[in-house]
Amino acid sequence: MGFLKKISQLFRARAGVRQLPLGSMTVDRDGQIVTTTVSSNYPKALLHEIGKDVLVLFREARTAEMPLAEVSVNFGSLRITARELRGGAIIFLFPQTAHSTT
Amino acid sequence: MDTPHKILILDDDADWLDLCREIFAQLPSKPEIRTATSSARALGMLDSEPFRLLICDLKMPRMDGLQVLSVVRRRFPELRTVVLSGLEDEEFRSRAYALGVDLFWLKTDMQRNSKMFMDCLESLLGTTADGGFRGIQSKGLMDIIQMECLSRSSTVLRVTRGPLVAKLWLLEGELIDAEAEGARGEVAFRRILAWKSGTFENLPPEPGRERTITKPINALLLESAQAMDEIANPSSETQFFDASHRKLTWKLSLLAREGAEFVISVPPAGQGETEALGTQSTDQLAAWTRRATEVARQLGEKIEAGPLLHVTGHNLEKQLLVLSRDDKSFLIGWPPAADASQLLEQSKKLVASWDS
Repeated sequence: MGFLKKISQLFRARAGVRQLPLGSMTVDRDGQIVTTTVSSNYPKALLHEIGKDVLVLFREARTAEMPLAEVSVNFGSLRITARELRGGAIIFLFPQTAHSTT
Repeated sequence: MDTPHKILILDDDADWLDLCREIFAQLPSKPEIRTATSSARALGMLDSEPFRLLICDLKMPRMDGLQVLSVVRRRFPELRTVVLSGLEDEEFRSRAYALGVDLFWLKTDMQRNSKMFMDCLESLLGTTADGGFRGIQSKGLMDIIQMECLSRSSTVLRVTRGPLVAKLWLLEGELIDAEAEGARGEVAFRRILAWKSGTFENLPPEPGRERTITKPINALLLESAQAMDEIANPSSETQFFDASHRKLTWKLSLLAREGAEFVISVPPAGQGETEALGTQSTDQLAAWTRRATEVARQLGEKIEAGPLLHVTGHNLEKQLLVLSRDDKSFLIGWPPAADASQLLEQSKKLVASWDS
């Protein structure tokens, strides 16, 4: 069987790889998403998890008597930056590629 | 005769696997090729027998390649990994490398640059994973310096340990100068010897370098070895106190030199004591550090964003940075006026020096 034929078979419809979220969102103090510019293809449940965990970071910082105005969580391929917003937060999501600036 | 290394290829396309099996069987080291068409099956095989290399596709049903690599990185850290994918998206390449893969190769390029690809695979199969300084496996820095001196070398040894860089100047087998962590001469030499791992490279000699070390190398090595033994095994209460005092002074000077306000070193819950310098709110800050690291790590796994690198935060009074090293997390506090763009590098240096 030819090599090129094999290669062409690779591109037939198959299960995909999940993209990283890009954009911003605001969450209220209960972790509910108020507005978002992240693609609707990205699972809502995961966006909700991001919002909820960001609020945990702010809340725990307040408990430690070190209230924070901004938090940034840096992963190998995504940066999450969040600003505190009266108990809620505005969250920016930046996928990191080889060409990204930190 | 050595047992051939085993390669596991994971792809949901059975025809592609047959082709790969045929091609990779031609590698010079004649590895044993095994294949799996599902992630679950591949992980099961990795659990049940040792493999040297995993070659993995990205687009797969149920559990995609990035998820597999994330699991493999945690459960089989010694396993070499290669992504062989048809996805020509820069984002996936970055995400794969962020997960620690050794090589990312496009399937289309495999045909165009097959020789180079096969060379890379052969090289990965041959790479050993033993400790020590890269280049001379299982050798300590003392051995490397002794070898250079015995062979009467003139060279500059550049030693790197994470963000820390040090240099040793050798002239015709004699150590004439050393520089590390802002120190020079014998003090710098002793600090470098305390590094347990890292990489080194030989740079061209610098015969015009000013001489700051006059003691013979063997005397220096002996003194350093004795000092390290005393710290590791204090034989009396006085020696123990002296060693602790020296360590504390060294850490305070490190803090002052970098300009940080405080450092808290937080071990995993129930494993050792929290160590703090420059703050009185140790328990509260340590609890936040532990919780923030845990929450961020779990979030990273849920959203497949790769390993956690660091967490930063700020308010009007201070800037904070959380870094993890080995099992410990470190919280470093910086004044609000500190240059934010330099904090990560400065914090990495501080953390790398902390236990050395």
